[in-house]
Amino acid sequence: MTTVELGMPDAPTPIDAAIARSLEQHGPKQTELKGKDFKTDQEVRWCPGCGDYVILNAVQSFLPSLGIAREDMVIVSGIGCSSRFPYYMNTYGMHSIHGRAPAIATGLAASRPDLSVWVVTGDGDALSIGGNHLIHALRRNVNMTILLFNNRIYGLTKGQYSPTSEVGKVTKSTPMGSLDHPFNPVSLALGADATFVGRAMDSDRKGLTEVLRQAAEHQGTSLVEIYQNCNIFNDGAFELLKDPATGPMWTIPLEHGKPLVFGPDGASCVVREDFGGLRIAETNQVDPSEIVVHDATREDPSYAFALSRLSSQDLRYTPMGVFRKVRKPSYEAMMAEQLDEARLQGPGDLDALLAGGDTWEVKA
Amino acid sequence: MTGTNPTVAPPNPDGALATSVSSSAPGGLVKSVVELDRVVIRLAGDSGDGMQLTGNRFTSETASFGNDLKTLPNFPAEIRAPTGTLPGVSSFQLQFADHDVMTPGDAPDVLVAMNPAALKANLAELPGGGLLILDSDEFTPRNLAKVGYATNPIEDGSLEGWQTVSVPLTSMTTDALKDSGLGKKEAERSKNMFTLGLLSWMYHRPTEGTIRFLERQFRRKPEIAAANIAAFRAGYNYGDTTEAFAVSYEIKPAPMKPGRYRNISGNQALALGLVAAGQRSGLPIFLGAYPITPASDILHELSRHKSFGVRTFQAEDEIAGIGAALGASFGGALGITTTSGPGVALKAETIGLAVMTELPLVIVDVQRGGPSTGLPTKTEQSDLLQAMFGRNGEAPVPVIAPRSPGDCFDAAVEAARIALAYRTPVMLLSDGYLANGAEPWAIPDADSLPDLTPAVAFATEPNGEDGEFLPYLRDEETLARAWAIPGTAGMQHRIGGLEKADRTGNISYDPANHDFMTRTRQAKIDGIAATIPPTDVEDPDGDARVAVIGWGSTYGPIGAACRRIRSSGRKVAQIHLRHINPFPADLGEVLARYDRVICPEMNLGQLALLLRAKYLVDVQSHTQVRGMPFRSAELAAVIQDAIDTADPAAANSTAVNPTAVNGALQ
Repeated sequence: MTTVELGMPDAPTPIDAAIARSLEQHGPKQTELKGKDFKTDQEVRWCPGCGDYVILNAVQSFLPSLGIAREDMVIVSGIGCSSRFPYYMNTYGMHSIHGRAPAIATGLAASRPDLSVWVVTGDGDALSIGGNHLIHALRRNVNMTILLFNNRIYGLTKGQYSPTSEVGKVTKSTPMGSLDHPFNPVSLALGADATFVGRAMDSDRKGLTEVLRQAAEHQGTSLVEIYQNCNIFNDGAFELLKDPATGPMWTIPLEHGKPLVFGPDGASCVVREDFGGLRIAETNQVDPSEIVVHDATREDPSYAFALSRLSSQDLRYTPMGVFRKVRKPSYEAMMAEQLDEARLQGPGDLDALLAGGDTWEVKA
Repeated sequence: MTGTNPTVAPPNPDGALATSVSSSAPGGLVKSVVELDRVVIRLAGDSGDGMQLTGNRFTSETASFGNDLKTLPNFPAEIRAPTGTLPGVSSFQLQFADHDVMTPGDAPDVLVAMNPAALKANLAELPGGGLLILDSDEFTPRNLAKVGYATNPIEDGSLEGWQTVSVPLTSMTTDALKDSGLGKKEAERSKNMFTLGLLSWMYHRPTEGTIRFLERQFRRKPEIAAANIAAFRAGYNYGDTTEAFAVSYEIKPAPMKPGRYRNISGNQALALGLVAAGQRSGLPIFLGAYPITPASDILHELSRHKSFGVRTFQAEDEIAGIGAALGASFGGALGITTTSGPGVALKAETIGLAVMTELPLVIVDVQRGGPSTGLPTKTEQSDLLQAMFGRNGEAPVPVIAPRSPGDCFDAAVEAARIALAYRTPVMLLSDGYLANGAEPWAIPDADSLPDLTPAVAFATEPNGEDGEFLPYLRDEETLARAWAIPGTAGMQHRIGGLEKADRTGNISYDPANHDFMTRTRQAKIDGIAATIPPTDVEDPDGDARVAVIGWGSTYGPIGAACRRIRSSGRKVAQIHLRHINPFPADLGEVLARYDRVICPEMNLGQLALLLRAKYLVDVQSHTQVRGMPFRSAELAAVIQDAIDTADPAAANSTAVNPTAVNGALQ
C-alpha cells in the first residue's frame, strides 16, 4: 500500500504527507522480513518458563509470512502479563489500561483502515474488566485481530482466580474455593456474533500459527483464544491437553471440511443431538453419515456455539482450531463508505457550514 | 434606564421608553403600536406541548429581525412526565432587545401558560402587572385538580395583579384546522404554532422563516406542514383582527457590528468549532461518544458532517468513547470525546493514559447538576475540580471554558490548538445553560480562523544522535514530545501507561526519572500560559476597587450585574477567565490590584478555592446551585454590598434598584 486511504478531500492530509515523506526516505514499504526483524531491544521480562515466550516466538516467526511492513502494524494491549507483549515487538504499540484495548484499537482501526491492528489481552483483561468492550468490538466487526491469552488465573497480581478459572478454584482470594461459574471465551465470542473465532495452544506452534494466519487474513474482528500456561500461579492448567498420553483423547482438532473424528485411532467423534446440540460418540457405534463434517463458514453461529459447548470446565473434549469464519462487511470499511457518500456532492465547505441556513446581514 | 412592561392597554404608565403609535388594523379596529427597548417572554406548557420548538422558532424570527437576544430553555429530565402535572412543565425564556443583552432576563415580562400546571409553576416569577396569556381551554376541572387548584384562577380573581388575557388557544386551533382532514387530537397539537403566530403578531416578528421551517420540517408529511402553517397564520390573524389584543409591540433591531449573523446554540457552536479545528489543522476528526444529556447534541451535529472527514463513533460506554478517541489520536486524527460530569468520572483513567502517552485529545464536559445522576437537564459549574484533579497521580490537564453560546465555537478551536500543539488532553467545560441557550453569532470567515497546521508537525525522521527515534524527546519551547504516527517507516515505538524514561519513552521505574517526568509534564501544561492572552478585565472607569471574577457561563449574569452597579454610580471591574489551567500569567498581579474580589459560581466555590490556593487572595465566594443561571439583580446586590462595605462613601450612590429585575441592565 503506498498511500493512506483516509477518504479525505484531494489536498493531502498531514497523515498522508508524513507517510509520503517516510516513503521518500525509506523507499517502498519493506515487507520481506525475518522473524528477528520484529524483535526489539527491550529485555523480555516474563517469568522464566512462561507460555508467553512461546507465543511471542510463534508470532514473531510467522509475521513475515503476512507481508505486512512493521510500521503498518500496531499492537494495542491492556494490563496484565500478556499485555507487555507490544514492548517486545518492533512495530507501533500501545500498552494501555486495564480492559480498554479493544476500545482503543477500535478508534485506531476505524480511523486508519490502512493499518494492521492487533490486540493482545488476557482472560482477566478481556473478560472481566474489559468484557463490555470485547463483546461490542466483536459485534461491530472492526478489522482487527484479538489474541486472548487465557491462563485461567490473575498472574500479575499474583494469583487470584480469573473469569475463566474453574469453579472451586483455591487461590489467595478464594481459600475455600471460587464460587463463580467461568466464561468459555469462545462461547462468549460466538454469542456476540463474532465473525472469526479460533482457539490454539501456546506450545503447539504449528496449530497456533495456522489459526493466527487465518485470523490475520480475516477481514473483520477475529478472536483467537490461546491457552497459555502460567507456570508460577497456575502451572499445568492445560496439561490434560498437552500431555501426549491424554491430549489426543480430549482434543477435538477442527479442520474445515473434515469429519470431526478424534482420539487414539479416531475412536471418538462428534454427532448431532436434539435441539441443535452436538455430542461425543464412539465412532464405531455410529453410522459414518451421522458424524459431523466441520464447516467454519456457516452463517448461523449456532453450530459453532454447540461445538464450543462440548468441552467441560476440566477441558475434556476441547475443540482446537477455527470455530467460525464468516464474511461480513467490516465496520471501518462501512464508515469510510459513508464518508465517501457524504462527499459525493464535493468536500465540505467550511464557510457554508458556519453560515448554516438562516442568516441576516448587519450593514455598516 | 428603567424597565418597561408591555401592557394590553396603552399607554404604558411606566413607559419611559415606550412610545405609542396608533394604526388601523383591517376591520376598522384601532390598534396601537408601543415601542419597547426590550422584553422577556417565557413560554410554559406541558413537555408534550412543543414549548422548546415554539421558543426556538420565536428566537429564530427574533434573531433574523436583528434584535440581540439570549435564551434559557428549561425542561424536565423525563421525556414525558404525566400530562398536566408540575414535574411535566417545560419552559423557554428569551430576552430580546434593541441593544445588547447579556442574559435571558431574571424574570419574564410576559408569561404564556398553556395549562394550569404551567401557570402554577411559573406565576411566582412573573412580576405584578406583567402580561399573562392563558389557554383557557386547558383550565378544566380535571387539569385544575391535578395541580391542586381548588377554584379556577381565571375566574376566582386570584390573577387580578397581572394583566391576564385568557384565550381559548386549543379550540381556536382546532376550529382553524376543521377542514384540514386532521383528527381533533392531531389538530390540537398545532396549538403551539397558533400561539407562535399570535406572539409573532404581538411583537412584529417576520414570519417567512417559520413557514419555510415548517415546510422543511414536515416535507414528508405535507398535510401536517399545511396544518401547522394554517394554525400559525390563524394565530397571527387572531391578534391582528380581534379586540382581545389592542396593542402590539415593536422592538427595534439592536446595533451590532456589521457582518453576517446567524442564531446559534452552544452545542451547535461547539460542534462547528470542532469541525473548523479539523479543517484548520488538516487532521481528520474522530469523535468517540456515548449519549448523555446535555451533550448528545454535539454527537448529533458532528455525525452530520461526514463530508468534512468527520468520523463519529457511538461507543458502548463512556470509557470506550474516550478510548476510541485516544486510539484515533495515536493514529494521527484529532480525537474528541463529548460527555457530561458522570461521563468524565468514567473517563478519568483514560485521560490519565492520554496524559502519560502525551497524545492530543479534546474532552468536552457539558456540565449538569451533580453529584451522581444529579439534575441531568439543569446547569451547574461543579465539575471544575473534577476537570482539574479528577485523576490518579499528578495528571495536569489544561482546562478552558466558553462564556456564551457563540463563544463555544472559539473555545473549541482553542482547545484543539492546545491539544495539538502540546500533545495533551484538554478539558473544555461547557454547561447546560450554554449548551441549550442561543444567541446571535457573527459568522466568522473560515480563512480568518487560527491556522493549526504548525501545531501538527508529525515526526518522520529519527531525532536521536544514533539515528534512532526518541518519542519522548521534547520541543524546547513547548515541551511537546515528538509525535510519529503508525505507517511512518523507521519510527516504530511503543507508548503506554507505565512511567516513561525521558527521551526514549521506554518503561522506567527509576526514582529520579519519575520525579523528572512528573515535573516535566506539569511544566509543559504550565508553559501553555505563554501562549494565552493576558487576563480579560473590563473596568470602564479604570479605578475600581472591587472586582468580580468568573468563568464559563456566568459571564452574562455577572456582566449584567456589573452594568447595574455602574449605572448606580459605583465602580466595579469584571474579570472573566477562559483559561483556568493554566491561568493567564498576569492573573495574580491583576487580582492584587483590588481591595475585594468576589467570585460568583454555580458550585460551592471551586474557582475561589483555586484562586485562594494559588494567589493567597482573600476571594469572597458567592455561590448558588439551583440548576439555573444567576439572576443579575441578585448578583448586583451582592456586589453593591461588597463595594459599600469596602468604601462606605460609595453607599451614598444611588441604590441599585433591586426590584428593577426587568431593567434594561440585564
